[in-house]
Amino acid sequence: MHNLFKIAIRNLMRYRRRTILTASLIAIGVIFVLVFVSVSGSFKNMIIGQITGSMLGDMEIHRKGYVASIDNLPLTLMMNPQQVEKAEGATNPIPEIEAYSPRIKFGGLFSNFTETTNIRLNGVYPDMEMKTLPLLTSRIIEGEKAIKKGEIIVPELLARGMKVNVGDMVVVIATNKDGSVNGKQLKVGGILQSATGPGGRDGYIHIEDAMEILRMEEQEISEIAISIHDFGKLRSVANSLNSDLSKYVNKQGKPVFEVHTWETLSPFYNIARMIDLMTLFIKIMLIAIVLISIMNVMIMAVYERIREIGTIAAIGTLPGKILSMFVIEGFSLGVLGAVVGNVIGLVIVHILDLAKISFDFGRQTGLVLSPTLQASDILVVSVIVIIVAVLGSLQPALKASKMEPITALRHV
Amino acid sequence: MGLIVAENIIKDYHVGEVTVRALKGASFNIELGSFISFVGPSGSGKTTLLNLIGCLDKPSGGRLLVAGMDVSSFGKRDAAVFRGKNIGFIFQDFNLIPVLTVFENIEYPLLMVQNGPPGDRRKRVMNLLEAVGMKEQKDKYPDQVSGGQKQRVAIARALVTNPKLVLADEPTANLDHKTAYMVIELMKKMRDEFKTTFIFSTHDQKIVGEAEVLYLLEDGELVSKQMKGGEDHA
Repeated sequence: MHNLFKIAIRNLMRYRRRTILTASLIAIGVIFVLVFVSVSGSFKNMIIGQITGSMLGDMEIHRKGYVASIDNLPLTLMMNPQQVEKAEGATNPIPEIEAYSPRIKFGGLFSNFTETTNIRLNGVYPDMEMKTLPLLTSRIIEGEKAIKKGEIIVPELLARGMKVNVGDMVVVIATNKDGSVNGKQLKVGGILQSATGPGGRDGYIHIEDAMEILRMEEQEISEIAISIHDFGKLRSVANSLNSDLSKYVNKQGKPVFEVHTWETLSPFYNIARMIDLMTLFIKIMLIAIVLISIMNVMIMAVYERIREIGTIAAIGTLPGKILSMFVIEGFSLGVLGAVVGNVIGLVIVHILDLAKISFDFGRQTGLVLSPTLQASDILVVSVIVIIVAVLGSLQPALKASKMEPITALRHV
Repeated sequence: MGLIVAENIIKDYHVGEVTVRALKGASFNIELGSFISFVGPSGSGKTTLLNLIGCLDKPSGGRLLVAGMDVSSFGKRDAAVFRGKNIGFIFQDFNLIPVLTVFENIEYPLLMVQNGPPGDRRKRVMNLLEAVGMKEQKDKYPDQVSGGQKQRVAIARALVTNPKLVLADEPTANLDHKTAYMVIELMKKMRDEFKTTFIFSTHDQKIVGEAEVLYLLEDGELVSKQMKGGEDHA
């Protein structure tokens, strides 16, 4: 095998310019894929991080049917204390669950005493919410980074439109599930940066204030947001939770709860899928580049070396060995292109990371891109290139191995 | 029985719908250790005959035994294995592998065909380099040595597997007369040293006399067999 590699590498060096050009073409393809994967991956992960870490949590438990009418924030589809207890009980035995936060979500009117507008609010236990959404505090751009009783964290756009500042008094008015209207004065405790996605423009109050506004005698909960230790286990944790909760059924025998991951709650999931699809197309383009360039080079190599093939076949080299010689040549060219591409790709990605490129997405401005590459990205791209290089050289190599020595020796 | 036994060999080539008979019933018997030349003008069938003996082609008719094997029954792989074990080739254009050094070119059949152990390979190659006078040039590439030296390397490569038979198709055609004569002398010396049968084709009258047995071919027919010092009509 060592000798086959030696011959293959020397043959590649023999047509140095052609080898360099082909390897460069493959390397450019690899660089393009790696940079795209790192930049798009960084963007995707950052937005997913924002969505799950500052708004939704990784997954949520609702009462069955709540999500279907989530835009109305229905107060009639909330979980009663017994159901909350069961839902919370289901989270406890799952070690992957890091934290959870029960929320009362409702819509109401927001008044600064001169103007009134609509507002969507989350009534939360501050400690539990902050633990479940570790990035939430970073979105509080003015005021104390806390949700206190008697205070409201107002979304940035609403605060700007209603000209309210930290320390101002405002009134929140809401209709409870029985249809009665109630209001409460709250102090503006902070201004919350808007974020793209569901809940990205909701305000926050303490859960006891929410209960008071909604005149709840016993606490009912709209949803329980959950964060997990390892985001890679999202599906398995959701499945596990779902199966634990599926044992609770109503009188009609239908499940009481439903578990949704962020993917079904946020429209960004479709953008993330589009990014994955684009990455796939970019990889297909890489495959085409490698396949065509390697095939082209190997077809030329076989054509130029027909007499050589005739000679080695005449002196007794078996067809399988002739096949191996050319396949190894294609393989070596693929490895060369992949190694050069990976090295340059890593350097470019590192430079992009150091450059701290910022961008705006939706209402979010100044997001800093920090492209990184996983070992698995490099491995996948390298394996694709090498396998395609071998496949690309297979046809010319088969042609060489099937050549009749007498015909090959006569070739001029 | 001789090393090569040919009985009424016929070889037809098909060019479109036309069949051209390149060999018209050649019969001969070649003994082990002979130094034979097939002589004749271009198109007389010399190369065709060497190709058949070298298992590079199959006869269209007749019987051809090489080293006791009926070569017309060989498949492609069997023929390759047989050539690797029993036959060495010397080509008119030397046909050395340009990316391998002189040493590596000679070593190639041992390495890629017979897969011999490294120590034995080196010893065998060094012996042959010494025998053909190319020891000093062993690390040079083919494009760094002269035509005569290339043919010496080709002779060493043909002999490295210790074959029973070496076939040389016009081995001196691309060499000047002095070098050609030296190459033939070297082949003879190798025959004496390794007891290998050498068969070469040529149309060069000046080196024809070096052969011990000479077969004359004309228009696909073996017209005569001449021994050094006598004549035996075919």
